[in-house]
Amino acid sequence: MSLITYRQALNDALRSEMLRDEDVFLIGEEIGQFEGSYKITAGLLAEFGPKRVRDTPIAEEGFTGAATGAAMVGLRPVVEIMTINFSLLALDQIVNHAAKIYGMFGGQARVPMVIRTPGGGGQQLGATHSQNIELFYAFVPGMKVVAPSSPADAKALMLAAIRDDDPVLVLENLSLYNTKGEVPDEDVPGEIGRAKVTREGSDITVVAYSRMAAVALEIAGKLAESDGIDVEVVDLRSLRPLDRDTVIASVKKTNCAVVLEDDWLTYGIGAEIAATISDGAFDWLDAPVRRVAMAEVPLPYAKPLETAALPSADDAITAVRETLDATARRR
Amino acid sequence: MSSPEQWTHPEPGVGPAATAAAPTAEQVIAGLRATSEGGPELVQLLTPEGERVPNPEWDRYVADITADDLRGLYRDMVLTRRIDREGNALQRQGQLGIWVPLLGQEAAQIGAGRALKPQDMAFPSYREHGVAWCKDVAPSDLLGIFRGTDHGSWDPIAKRFHLYTIVIGNQVLNAAGYAMGQRFEGKVGDDDGEATMVFFGDGATSQGDVHEGFVWASVYDAPLVFFCQNNQWAISEPTERQSRLPLYQRARGYGFPGIRVDGNDVLATLAVSRWALSECRHGNGPVLIEAFTYRMDAHTTTDDPSRYRLTDELEAWKLKDPIERVRVHLVRHEQADKEFFDSVQAESDQLAAELREFCVNMPDPPKERIFSQVYEDGNPVLAAQRDTYLSYASGFEGGDH
Ligand SMILES: Cc1ncc(C[n+]2csc(CCOP(=O)(O)OP(=O)(O)O)c2C)c(N)n1
Ligand SMILES: [Mg+2]
Repeated sequence: MSLITYRQALNDALRSEMLRDEDVFLIGEEIGQFEGSYKITAGLLAEFGPKRVRDTPIAEEGFTGAATGAAMVGLRPVVEIMTINFSLLALDQIVNHAAKIYGMFGGQARVPMVIRTPGGGGQQLGATHSQNIELFYAFVPGMKVVAPSSPADAKALMLAAIRDDDPVLVLENLSLYNTKGEVPDEDVPGEIGRAKVTREGSDITVVAYSRMAAVALEIAGKLAESDGIDVEVVDLRSLRPLDRDTVIASVKKTNCAVVLEDDWLTYGIGAEIAATISDGAFDWLDAPVRRVAMAEVPLPYAKPLETAALPSADDAITAVRETLDATARRR
Repeated sequence: MSSPEQWTHPEPGVGPAATAAAPTAEQVIAGLRATSEGGPELVQLLTPEGERVPNPEWDRYVADITADDLRGLYRDMVLTRRIDREGNALQRQGQLGIWVPLLGQEAAQIGAGRALKPQDMAFPSYREHGVAWCKDVAPSDLLGIFRGTDHGSWDPIAKRFHLYTIVIGNQVLNAAGYAMGQRFEGKVGDDDGEATMVFFGDGATSQGDVHEGFVWASVYDAPLVFFCQNNQWAISEPTERQSRLPLYQRARGYGFPGIRVDGNDVLATLAVSRWALSECRHGNGPVLIEAFTYRMDAHTTTDDPSRYRLTDELEAWKLKDPIERVRVHLVRHEQADKEFFDSVQAESDQLAAELREFCVNMPDPPKERIFSQVYEDGNPVLAAQRDTYLSYASGFEGGDH
């Protein structure tokens, strides 16, 4: 085990896989000489050379499409899209091609491609550069989407994504890059499609992923102290496939749930979780499932407005308290 | 040193196939770049030494430029540079979240901006503070974007200057559509016709949006001037990463003229831009201009160019400074005296002081703005969210929130 950052964990995973498998290569804007806008590819051009760390023209659709083609002949491209916002320019290649090639070609061609890209607001990057649109990809059959919240999961899921034979989008998060945690030194790939109970509790289930899963742990600690509430945290880790069983099992135990999400409320990931709970644990519910999400607006640019529009730990705490009040279990 | 032209195949069916388009990373680092010189096709009227070189083809487009006009262009560039340096300094002092410097690109922007007529529309990317200046957008209006209080507060229609666009290449399609509108509405055809100019960088030329913009503008004969500032870099990527041949030559493949101008020569840029706009105005658009220039500062204040380029390259370009050559020319021809230079200096000091004063006193926008500018006519779901939020927030009023 080593105490390292989320950024370092990703870098370690990329490096390990490049050492392990010659077919793994990196492609994207500014990833070589510049080592990536967020320095996830630091040192890799120097170590592996330009054949395996490809700086591309500024054309997201171009390099995502090219990577899809390379994957079809057996290479294992890891595409960096500078932020998930620019994946919108590559949407057709991802949704209409990468995700469908396996099925449409009757299983004759696979697309073992990884798209790694950070989402997240809160950095004052303005409305077009601060979105949480992972839902677009989690919606698409043929895609896999993972969203690690800790350095250990970042490494494990990146390893798994690279070894997976289907296109996998690895959702990173701008505000998690500098967070630290214990990470195994050896390379143990995680299981895509498996959620994790990151904190056991008996009073209420809080479901979250990516940044909000870290927030969930933070508020669970606070609520235990301030209110004596015993929160169980389910970190989804994988948005597609979705581990419904873990969510349902937790709610059957706690009888109520709050979903924290960084995206927009209407049609968001939380809606899917609420439906999952309604399908699988309706009779166990003591209160309606609450969702805490971003204000349904293009994210404001001004710092105070941006902060106000994003879901906060305080919003989550309020939702947990109110949900428990609604169960009438709370004194 | 190889030139980009040599990278292309000589004649179909003749000779060996073209080889490596791009220099190695080592060559780039060493400053051994094929594109460091503009080449013989570069239109230039004022040399870096301030010498006016006659040019039978282009002189007529600036024949009316008097010494007074030249002093005006000089003033524009000095003030633009000062706005830029002040913006940079304000960011360094924590007053702005980010700044996008234009240092080195003053001539390209002022030359193009001063060629625009009042009826012409301009679509900038995010570095066009000089064009904004020419379009009478108050420099203080730019600050909100970089302080993060708004996404641009001028009226784009009144100013005929669109809001800044940060998603690369995006605005080129919008401009193509705007120019198509000008054509379909019958606003082209004579000296009073309208035209549109769209600004983008060398890196942007790789985006599909830009290529589609080329196609749309050409098949509809749209009055659109594509103004590409080739400042040699797209953040850390050199122009060689985007193209095997000089960018202006791309136009030919789409069926319209392309031209490379010395983007550090305000007079040449003015001449070429006037010509291009006039072509468009009269119905002969579109036109591509590649303004060959150099980004002398970082990509933005978050960037450190020493990571990817040599200072030798910067030193070489300093000798081609866009402002210095005009100053030398004015002095040598006794078209400006010390008093003039002093007054421009004083004016720029004054402008910088006003800008600073304005910046530090900018209020934060009110909370309801989160919700008020999503739809023109609102919507009930959003209204409910707004009400909930504002009543929740009012609970914190008076505190530190
Ligand atoms: C679609 C998209 N991809 C990537 C980026 C990140 N990005 C911002 S500026 C830039 C480089 C643009 O270079 P160029 O077009 O030459 O313009 P310059 O900044 O040199 O003026 C990149 C890649 C972006 N803003 N939008
Ligand atoms: Mg550039």
